[in-house]
Amino acid sequence: MSTTDAAVRDDAQFRGTHSDEVLVEVKDLKMFFPVTEGVFIHRVVAHVKAVNGVSFQIKKGETLGLVGESGCGKTTTGRCMIQLEQATSGEILYQGTDLTKLDSQEMIDYRKKIQIIFQDPFSSLNPRMTIGDIIGEPMKVHGIIDDPTERRQRVLELLAKCGLKANFAERYPHEMSGGQRQRVGIARALAMNPEFIICDEAVSALDVSIQAQVINLLEDLREEFGLTYLFISHDLSVIRHICHRVAVMYLGNMVELADCDELYDNPLHPYTQALLEAVPIPDPDLEKARAHKIVKGEIPSPMNPPTGCVFHPRCEKAVASCSQNVPEFREVKPGHWVACTEV
Amino acid sequence: MRGSIRAFVTVEDTGMVTVSEIQVEEQFEDLSPKTTFMGMISLMLRKQPLGSFGAVIVIAMVFMAVFAEILTSIDPEDNNLEYMLTAPGEMFFLGTDQFGRDLLTRIIYGARTALFVGFTCAIIGSSLGLVLGVASAYFGGMFDLIIQRVVDVIMAFPLIILALAVVATLGPGVENVIIAITIPFIPQCARVVRSNALAIREIPYIDAARALGFSHVRIIMRHMVPNVMAPFLIMLTSFLGQAILLEASLSYLGMGVQEPTAAWGLMLQGGAEEYAESAPWVAVWPGIAISLAVFGFNLFGDAVRDTLDPKLRSQ
Repeated sequence: MSTTDAAVRDDAQFRGTHSDEVLVEVKDLKMFFPVTEGVFIHRVVAHVKAVNGVSFQIKKGETLGLVGESGCGKTTTGRCMIQLEQATSGEILYQGTDLTKLDSQEMIDYRKKIQIIFQDPFSSLNPRMTIGDIIGEPMKVHGIIDDPTERRQRVLELLAKCGLKANFAERYPHEMSGGQRQRVGIARALAMNPEFIICDEAVSALDVSIQAQVINLLEDLREEFGLTYLFISHDLSVIRHICHRVAVMYLGNMVELADCDELYDNPLHPYTQALLEAVPIPDPDLEKARAHKIVKGEIPSPMNPPTGCVFHPRCEKAVASCSQNVPEFREVKPGHWVACTEV
Repeated sequence: MRGSIRAFVTVEDTGMVTVSEIQVEEQFEDLSPKTTFMGMISLMLRKQPLGSFGAVIVIAMVFMAVFAEILTSIDPEDNNLEYMLTAPGEMFFLGTDQFGRDLLTRIIYGARTALFVGFTCAIIGSSLGLVLGVASAYFGGMFDLIIQRVVDVIMAFPLIILALAVVATLGPGVENVIIAITIPFIPQCARVVRSNALAIREIPYIDAARALGFSHVRIIMRHMVPNVMAPFLIMLTSFLGQAILLEASLSYLGMGVQEPTAAWGLMLQGGAEEYAESAPWVAVWPGIAISLAVFGFNLFGDAVRDTLDPKLRSQ
């Protein structure tokens, strides 16, 4: 795999094409974490509304980016989709099957199709297992390949696909660098031949040169295996590079969803605009000259979100009605959805 | 890095000194040096002198227990009424007891009883505690709550009281002594292991295992248990000394191993009550044996703890 031509590749060509078939659909997903009080009897005093009614679709072969600042619920959304968290309400339809209604036995079939890559490559691998065991275990457990020699062959093949040498199979995670470990995490996710991979801040913990390599690897794998990604990140430039469509989240709500280029060139929601404004320009003169629009105030507590539009206390376009009416998430242009009444 | 620099220096007529050639020989030390067995021993002696002393006692005890038949040709249960309460001397190195049994022989065979009970209790108790502790942390919620309250109840009793209660219910004998000592160990180990497992449960590789659809048993046994090995081994070694002491205590109280089996606690009881003044050696040798064994196992256990988990040192 070539790693240096990342910047040279044209973004549009890089992203390739995808079909129109909907693979995953999330409908009005809500995830509330209870806040309890009391020593003996745990009384629920409040809820942290981590995800508060999020809906979106992901088409087959597509990469959907999910951006937002820390604590906006993007990771929780991903974890709910793979059933690591039991959603409070809402539906997660995978090819029409609602995953939230499956029991753990029925879920196993879908676990083979949906995989996740974690943010921190240093803690997502079991330190007591060799790399070969880590990648081979899912194939063994689910009886995908029962023969040990064949399984070993497949492990080496996956390592090679992820740009790792065969002798890594004998090593332990602590003997590897962050980028190498993240490749192991990817190889493990691929072991089950998944269709859909959730990349939960998959490159955020890596330094920039390694980020580029891992992103290119993810792209190559997507083309080769026809994968679909949900790419969760707070890094707008990474998202722009890899995603077909981008969804912006704020305080558990989705505020804007559009095609990648449309969102970056023509952001409609004031929060998205502010988010894009915050991306630094790599030219000190231009950077100094431009006027910064910095969002004022702090992100409100998800335990007690503002009434009406969740962004209104920090929004410069806010009008009186914003504090009462919850804005509808509506399609203002074909494929461009926004939750703001003032657009 | 070790190495040597060789330089060829010539002093010319003019007085100038020229260095004509420099050879640098580098000897890279192997990154994972293959230490010899003797090297490892000397390292351990330097790092853990007390622990090494403990290890010597432990090894000596194991040696005594394994080769009891070779070390002494006398039957430990053989009464020899001609030589009752003989003082230590040429014929009987450590003397004899009130039935004329050789004390040295009984001490050697007593090591076998002590080690058998000690290892069985420590291994079974800590292993059950390990599984229970990890499962409790992994499942959480109601399961965790119930297990932990049961653990609280059991841990509220002092070890010896609980062991006595169990023996009083089941009756004396080696098997029952093992059960009696094992039961109080389980919650102790479960508590320590659970606190470690709680931290591990939050690490993403457990999430990864769940996302891969592994069974609970596999996640607990393959992914969590190996990562709580350090506290587990620490508990295991600390239990060894405790179990030996508990077995001796129970035997001394007459609730443990029964006559005529050679057991240190039993020997102490038989000797201390009647012959403390007339024949003190009957009680002194088993007393020393118990103290040394517990001392040795505790030193060894501390060394294991220091090596595996420096964070627990202050406890």
